[in-house]
Amino acid sequence: MKLMTLDIIKTENLTKQFNDFTAVDNVSFTVKQGEIFGFLGPNGAGKTTTIKMLTTLLNPTDGFAEVAGFNIIKQRDEVRKKIGIVFQEPALDNELTGRENLDFHARMYGLDKKNRKTRVNEVLKLVDLEDKKDVFVKNYSGGMKRRLEIARGLMHHPTVLFLDEPTLGLDAQTRRAIWEYIKKMNKEEGTTIFLTTHYMDEADYLCERIGIIDQGKILVIDTTTNLKNSVGNDVITLSCDDMEILLIRIQKEPWIKNIKMYDSFLTLGVEKGEEKIPIIVEIAQSLGLKIKSISVRKPTLDDVFLSFTGKNIRIEEPEQMLKKIARRRFRGV
Amino acid sequence: MLSAEFQAIYVMWLREMKRFSRSKSRIVAIIIQPLFLLFILGSGLSGATLPGMTGNYMDFIAPGIVAMAILFSSMFTGVSVLWDKQFGFLQEVLVAPISRLSIIIGRTVGGATISLVQGFIILIIAILLGVTVSSIAGLILTIIFMVLLAFTAVGFGLIIATKMRDFQGFQIIMNLIILPLFFLSSAIFPIATNKNIPEFIINASYANPLFYMVDGLRGSLTGINWKFDPLINLVIVFFICAFMMGLGTYFFSKSEA
Repeated sequence: MKLMTLDIIKTENLTKQFNDFTAVDNVSFTVKQGEIFGFLGPNGAGKTTTIKMLTTLLNPTDGFAEVAGFNIIKQRDEVRKKIGIVFQEPALDNELTGRENLDFHARMYGLDKKNRKTRVNEVLKLVDLEDKKDVFVKNYSGGMKRRLEIARGLMHHPTVLFLDEPTLGLDAQTRRAIWEYIKKMNKEEGTTIFLTTHYMDEADYLCERIGIIDQGKILVIDTTTNLKNSVGNDVITLSCDDMEILLIRIQKEPWIKNIKMYDSFLTLGVEKGEEKIPIIVEIAQSLGLKIKSISVRKPTLDDVFLSFTGKNIRIEEPEQMLKKIARRRFRGV
Repeated sequence: MLSAEFQAIYVMWLREMKRFSRSKSRIVAIIIQPLFLLFILGSGLSGATLPGMTGNYMDFIAPGIVAMAILFSSMFTGVSVLWDKQFGFLQEVLVAPISRLSIIIGRTVGGATISLVQGFIILIIAILLGVTVSSIAGLILTIIFMVLLAFTAVGFGLIIATKMRDFQGFQIIMNLIILPLFFLSSAIFPIATNKNIPEFIINASYANPLFYMVDGLRGSLTGINWKFDPLINLVIVFFICAFMMGLGTYFFSKSEA
């Protein structure tokens, strides 16, 4: 008897082109059974396109992918039976009640009468919506809709659940709650979870492993701990007069794990950051440089993202973008 | 396997029924409008004689109004796929392990059921108002025409829905395609039997699929004012219906969410 960890999702050189634009570019990765795997990247990085291909809603231009052991192009129906999805945009029927939405889903997935009843109650309980089940979905709040969708995604016992930006546009409290539900269902139902997000804290909190994706390409895949360690145990951020001189001098020091210069600041990955601050200040003084500010903190995925992409994640919500466009229209530009 | 597909068809149908029965304004609007036409046009022009028309005007217009009610209601259901697209619900349907054909059948049967309910309400009111019924066989044939018309129009609505991104285009299609087709169908005034109408308009009406449906409906219900024998119309209408449904299914199965 050999114990194997199964690859629930496996892609090889998955590519999707829209006319001349390559949304997903030669993406290869695997997701293991029972894990929470996250795709982290800014808006427009190709996260949703990847999900749409893996869930058979879009055909890849090139490459190959397997979900739960089935080919996403040749065995669409088998794939569909094995997966649950929570889309980025709400995909509920507002004219039906919460229970009716779940019932619709259950029938579409061929659950029999007895299973439907018990399962509807089970998933409603999981997301604490039992007392709202007979309310029309149009009267639900944004957070309730999300919870209902997560419940729906679980209805038919999927092997893997896809969550596309599960907490986009929700307030901080609701996000926390959603995170707890995601953890709970991963643990209680043993569901493998593939999620995309552009929130660092979300990926950090939920995922065991993440892939950082930008402009259609995967930059790195690793566990969140390893990624953060690669930046250094501590991150020192500093700004001073002439950063280049300091950079050239300081990168010779053996205790520097990595160093990067950005427009207005330097980041240094080091161990025992508190002890390094005086040393850095000393070096700067010997060079005749004046340090404007300096700080030390534990690395976050922001630092990881910054070090791999060279830029901060663009946290521009679609609504804000729309507002911007609307404003431009208003001005008549 | 097969039972799963039937269950999906059933639940698609059930959803249409639930949505319809909950939308009071839609029920009222879509039944009241044809009734207004029936009452106002029918009684206002009751004494009028139109060239190419035999009998009274109520007999002439009643089948036309029944056709109109079914046409508009079915079109609406077909196009409401667009709604699902905009509200994202279509993705939920498309990602289910159900064949596209079953999705379309469920949707079409649902839409056709609603429009037939409306058609029957108007038909019954028309008969109560004293519209001539030729025979029981004619009435049965009328119902068959109503069913075919309903499916054809849902199919046409589906085609439009898959080819459009939003509702702005829908208004244009209604005004530029549906209204001319409706007026050219001889639903509210005779065309093919009127000697005074220019030849090219008559020919245009022959090119109009709706013409055969209205003509067939009228011929089978009242037994007067028809151009072609209802049975000939039935054959033509059957093929139009099959064609529209086939095309609608094809376009829908090609569409990506």
